[in-house]
Amino acid sequence: MKIHEYQAKQLFQKFNVPIPQGGVASTPHEAYQVAEAIGGDRFVVKAQIHAGGRGKGGGVKVAASLAEVNELADAILGMNLVTHQTGPEGRLVKKVLVEQALDIKQELYLGVVIDRAQARPVIMMSAAGGMEIEEVAARTPELIIKEAVDPAVGLQPYQTRNLAFGVGLDPMLLRTASGFIANLYKMFEAYDCSLVEINPLVVTTDGQMLALDAKVNFDDNALYRHKELLELEDPDEMDPLELEAKKHNLNYIRLDGTIGAMVNGAGLAMATMDLIKLAGAEPANFLDVGGGASADMIANGFRIILSDPRVKAILINIFGGILRCDVLAEGVMEAAKKVNVTVPIIVRLEGTNCEIGRNLLGESGLNFTVAGDMLDAAQKVAALA
Amino acid sequence: MSVLVDENTRVVVQGITGKEGSFHARQCIAYGTKVVAGVTPGKGGQKMDEVPVFNTVKEAVAQAGANTSLIFVPPAFAADAILEAAGAGLKVIVCITEGIPTLDMVKVARRLEGTDVRLIGPNCPGIISPGKAKVGIMPGPIHTEGPVAVVSRSGTLTYEAVFQLTLRGLGQSTCVGIGGDPIIGTNFIDMLKLYQADPQTKGIVLIGEIGGTAEEEAAAYIKANVTKPVVAFIAGLTAPPGKRMGHAGAIISGGSGKAVDKIAALEAAGVTVVRNIGELGAVCQQTMKF
Repeated sequence: MKIHEYQAKQLFQKFNVPIPQGGVASTPHEAYQVAEAIGGDRFVVKAQIHAGGRGKGGGVKVAASLAEVNELADAILGMNLVTHQTGPEGRLVKKVLVEQALDIKQELYLGVVIDRAQARPVIMMSAAGGMEIEEVAARTPELIIKEAVDPAVGLQPYQTRNLAFGVGLDPMLLRTASGFIANLYKMFEAYDCSLVEINPLVVTTDGQMLALDAKVNFDDNALYRHKELLELEDPDEMDPLELEAKKHNLNYIRLDGTIGAMVNGAGLAMATMDLIKLAGAEPANFLDVGGGASADMIANGFRIILSDPRVKAILINIFGGILRCDVLAEGVMEAAKKVNVTVPIIVRLEGTNCEIGRNLLGESGLNFTVAGDMLDAAQKVAALA
Repeated sequence: MSVLVDENTRVVVQGITGKEGSFHARQCIAYGTKVVAGVTPGKGGQKMDEVPVFNTVKEAVAQAGANTSLIFVPPAFAADAILEAAGAGLKVIVCITEGIPTLDMVKVARRLEGTDVRLIGPNCPGIISPGKAKVGIMPGPIHTEGPVAVVSRSGTLTYEAVFQLTLRGLGQSTCVGIGGDPIIGTNFIDMLKLYQADPQTKGIVLIGEIGGTAEEEAAAYIKANVTKPVVAFIAGLTAPPGKRMGHAGAIISGGSGKAVDKIAALEAAGVTVVRNIGELGAVCQQTMKF
């Protein structure tokens, strides 16, 4: 689960990770009031959307007066912000974060992620702040200092020293930096984060360390033990069909193509998307109905695929293991009764009770084409694309 | 031969009285697996069909002689269940549970580091050595005994691969789904090592997907150590970055974990990579001449 920068910074504050003075606003007037409360004469107005690259897209601006805060907030709120991460359709900005502008001496990068190969959280710090960390990793990996945390003993003080000295920080800042890193790591653990990233982490001319930006992702599998985090989720950041699918415990991701797909199992669902592409068409979605889907879940999945107006045909690819093919067939027929199916459907059923499933669909009077195997299914899809 | 599980495998099913646990315990028994015990804390002394239920894994080992665990415990308690099995001295632990918090698995991985305990999963279909034992949730009848080993991060994709192999007369030595989570007990390299050493295994099918760099690491290992033919498939060529594709571990993030990179690494290591999953069986037939 992802959250907004302003929400991440509120969590930082709870863990004594210093952030610039500021506040969130939904209207230009509120933005003005936030700036007025901060005081001073230079402010930053930042669009709050989940995607990165906001600055380049024109969603982050510096104001030299309260009046300009009002003006910039007016321009940014309601804008359709397009960045390299939003796709061409962009994202509507509904909130801005207004903060004091800082006198910056140094920009750093600080992040915590899970390293899969080591099976441990790893803290990464780099003197190349403000740049895309992936780019730094690719070009100058020696600039990234890493410390893996052993869960048996936790983060040790020497590790924060390795990081701080490793990036060439002023020794006068060592205590500040060590505390900063330790507190951020505490938060990572406390909330079961999957990613915490501060880029840039800044050192000001008066020797403070502050999180200028904040990106926090949570491990979805651990949300059950952090119910308070659920209210931070912003439904506006989600595709409406994905949101609907989530309600029915379905793994659905909307894509740009025209061939809908309903599959059991994540791997087979991805392989089916790839197959559609290989056949010369484009997949409209990823949909994994899961190993133990009920007829009801199948019906919901089918309805969600069909509510995407771009879908021209549907490929149902089921390898029945735990999910029996007759259950699948009943679900599809159930859904077809409720929704007006106007597109052709290709079905490939294999595994448990596949004969019963095929017969049920064949006798249903609906517009189904039964495919023999994956290759045959792909060719039949290609013919429709 | 075959690896990890065979006719000497004696399974304890943790969570045997639950819906999933009882269903699959019965399926394993029907396949011929020796399910000697079940564990559900508080239900010790009961029976699931003919299988005695114990309160702890320790008791199941002492009294029923279990040597392998199969776990169906809900995600919030699954890490503890794995550690309980390891604590009871079991060397092969198969965890089917999907949805275990990653930081729980960090602790489990730390506990198992440097030990000879082999954890398969979590979030996986388990292990089958056709004709000998099925310790997992895969449909038994699609498998036949033979010379091809399968290792995969996906469940249904493994079934698809096995089905195609069986249709073309290529039986399997052992098939393992290693799981779709970011942190798993057994990786591709662990399995490749076992398959390379297994006399029954003559060829290997490796099925990967987007996310992480396990396939790249496997490629390097294959190049240096594996002499048996390897055929691979990588799912997710069309997956968009930043989106979690069902499995918690199937996500392209920060430019790493892309299918194209995995395919390139495997091909550079001499692995035959199939682009169209529908052709996997046919390609294996051409590549694996025994």
